Amino acid sequence: MSKPIVLKRGLDIPVKGAADLVISKTIVPDVVAVCPSDYRGLNPRLLVKEGDAVRAGSPVLADKKNPEILVTSPVSGTVAEFVRGEKRRLLAVRIALDAAQQYEDFSHSGALDADGVRDLLLRSGLWTALVQRPYGIVADPAVKPKAIFVSAFDTAPLAPDFEFTLGGEMNAIQAAVDALALLTDGKVHVSVNSSESAFCKLKGVVLHSLEGPHPAGNVGVQISHISPIRKGETVWTVSPAALACIGRLLMKGRVDLRRKVAVTGSMAIETCYVQTLPGMPMSCLRPFVGTNEDSVRIVSGNILSGKNAGIEGYLGAWDTQVTILKEGTEPELLGWIRPLRFRQFSADRSYFSWLTPWKRYDLDTNLHGGPRAFVMSDAYYRRVLPMDIYPLYLVKACLAGDIDKMESHGIYEVLPEDLALCEFVDPSKNPIQAIVSDGIDLMMKEMA
Amino acid sequence: MNKIFEKGGKLYWLHSTVDAFETFLHVPGTVTRKGGHLRDCIDLKRIMILMVIAAAPAALFGMWNVGLQHALATGADTSFWPTVLPFFWYGFLKVLPLYVVAYAVGLGIEFAFAQIRHEEVNEGYLVTGFLIPLIVPVNIPLWMLAVAVAFSVLFCKEVFGGTGMNIWNPALVARAFLFFSYPKEMSGSDCWISLGSEEALVDGFTGATPLALEGSAQYGTGFWDLFIGTVPGSVGETSVIAILLGAAIILWTGIASWKVMVSSVAGALLVGWIGQTAGFTEVPFYTQLLLGGFAFGTVFMATDPVTSAQTETGKWIYGFLIGALCVTVRLFNPGYAEGMMLAILFGNTMAPLIDHCVVSVHIKRKERKSYEY
Repeated sequence: MSKPIVLKRGLDIPVKGAADLVISKTIVPDVVAVCPSDYRGLNPRLLVKEGDAVRAGSPVLADKKNPEILVTSPVSGTVAEFVRGEKRRLLAVRIALDAAQQYEDFSHSGALDADGVRDLLLRSGLWTALVQRPYGIVADPAVKPKAIFVSAFDTAPLAPDFEFTLGGEMNAIQAAVDALALLTDGKVHVSVNSSESAFCKLKGVVLHSLEGPHPAGNVGVQISHISPIRKGETVWTVSPAALACIGRLLMKGRVDLRRKVAVTGSMAIETCYVQTLPGMPMSCLRPFVGTNEDSVRIVSGNILSGKNAGIEGYLGAWDTQVTILKEGTEPELLGWIRPLRFRQFSADRSYFSWLTPWKRYDLDTNLHGGPRAFVMSDAYYRRVLPMDIYPLYLVKACLAGDIDKMESHGIYEVLPEDLALCEFVDPSKNPIQAIVSDGIDLMMKEMA
Repeated sequence: MNKIFEKGGKLYWLHSTVDAFETFLHVPGTVTRKGGHLRDCIDLKRIMILMVIAAAPAALFGMWNVGLQHALATGADTSFWPTVLPFFWYGFLKVLPLYVVAYAVGLGIEFAFAQIRHEEVNEGYLVTGFLIPLIVPVNIPLWMLAVAVAFSVLFCKEVFGGTGMNIWNPALVARAFLFFSYPKEMSGSDCWISLGSEEALVDGFTGATPLALEGSAQYGTGFWDLFIGTVPGSVGETSVIAILLGAAIILWTGIASWKVMVSSVAGALLVGWIGQTAGFTEVPFYTQLLLGGFAFGTVFMATDPVTSAQTETGKWIYGFLIGALCVTVRLFNPGYAEGMMLAILFGNTMAPLIDHCVVSVHIKRKERKSYEY
């Protein structure tokens, strides 16, 4: 392992509700949903009809542009319903589970070559776990990436502990890493935050060690320190949880997406891990929410970049965390003018959170202010972004829709999640992640 | 908010105003809709009020100093303890109308424009309105102040899109407007001292600022007088010690950049030293930091995050430019000795260019950087 990369800039938001390292239960839902919006860049075409029987690994959706890319069912059962939104846009395919699970057979004999691996991943639907940068879209099978990056730790607030959730699956992860290494001309890079990590035992990868506060665990930040993405270059990233699924596919020949999901957040009755499936309805988590269903927000993913699923929503396809937060709809009398405000957290020195670094806060979703134009200078945002870019310049380039400026200010290197902390600390309350996301959409349209 | 203030209601034209007062009293129950689900509890109201708190010592001292200068000019008793409150009260009554006019005119325009744009009222003017009376002579006619404030808010801020979009510091633009439109009222030796119509000056007193006198034989121009601030000048600019108190607050909270302040001081010292060594002036170079509006401008005006340079390297250049230019004007322009206002406005103008160069160099360097993988 090379010398540790120490990141100074960043911020660990001290919020209450980290998951205890126990698996409290196994949730087998009655129904799971396959949601096209979980796969960025995918333009879905339905491959099933209502009432069709599917097995775990049967294709459900295909990409219109690139029909090789399939999204498959995580379970065996019957296609129950298509949920559609405005203009009949497909929101979810609901699949009712069979009592006994059956799996499509993806077993292979002998060692696979690059084409074999690509074909296997595409057929099984696990290809969608490969995220292509720039833009953070489902990887293009025709591309050979410069390298593949894996972040083996998560620094996001209340993030799951990969040692706990995946420590027992290192054989599968090794198999997945070996297979993915065939798909790139470069190396597979794995970043860890401690030399004790189970991921340090992986063979055939380049290990990097990173230290520092969030977003040190974001793979985008790691890439920018290891080998930044330049114009025309492509890299892939894959999450450790997805690696375990790919490993199981390679070793057992079946699509088995079961995973440990951390249930976190200050409003969770019990913070722990559950064993469940992607696409699980959030209503299965009612025992963790209790009676105050209306006053909480259920987020699939972490506080900073997760999706507001709500009790009617579903666990995201590759999410390994659910955060249950209090909705901050209560007005706070004389909030901003009160000198102390001990219950609130601020990274700014004009409050006094810096005096109590050990304290954990019970934060709600209140915006704590109204939208304003950017007032603070770039450095105010840069102190939470350990990348070699000027965040405010990038955001303003995105707002202006200026392709050249976005390019030179580093749009290829970032995803919205990388600037999530800039959004958190912004006193002007701008939707920075949405702005960057729109910028990325514009880039994809213009550069296509 | 009451329905009649909402869109379609009878009093919708008051929406932004009501919203401003409502959000002043309590943080509304708005929740995050896009992106991250939690937000820092910092907002612009908090930042702006801290700026006001930081400028308050200079304002309070300025009020007392107005009373003191009045007493000095009329030959009244100036021993400290018996007079401290009467002096302050005298100054308070003189400065209060300036505040009333600055806030009434400025906020009126801000509220109107917020309503026209269907936006919330931005808090930026809370600071601008607090600073404007501190950088004008106490004797300024109120109508002139009103015109200047209206000009600066309209043409320096609203036409660009409001707080956060402006190129120049609005408070300084108001002062510049006064200076170029009404030079008689803004310079010389009459405007800095508040005098009643019946009152006469004592013999030998001149109300000119120490800067205009270049440290010549006026009482109250020694180092400590300048440092404490018991000299004629704009209301809030004289006391370096009160300004340093404010500087401590905004530096600690990180609202202002220490880089701008340090480099501005460095620029002034360097040019002041060159000037002194080369014989352009007899003023000791360190005295340049105490004279005129240098301290006030460096702490409260040059560091304005909207109009200063954005990049860290840029801030060093920007601050240095302001400090150096200010003293250069003092050395070579005997007609108008105070260079700080124009130096900062020039710095504001150059800031985007400085940033552009810094960012371009950064991008070039980044492209050339090589990595192992």
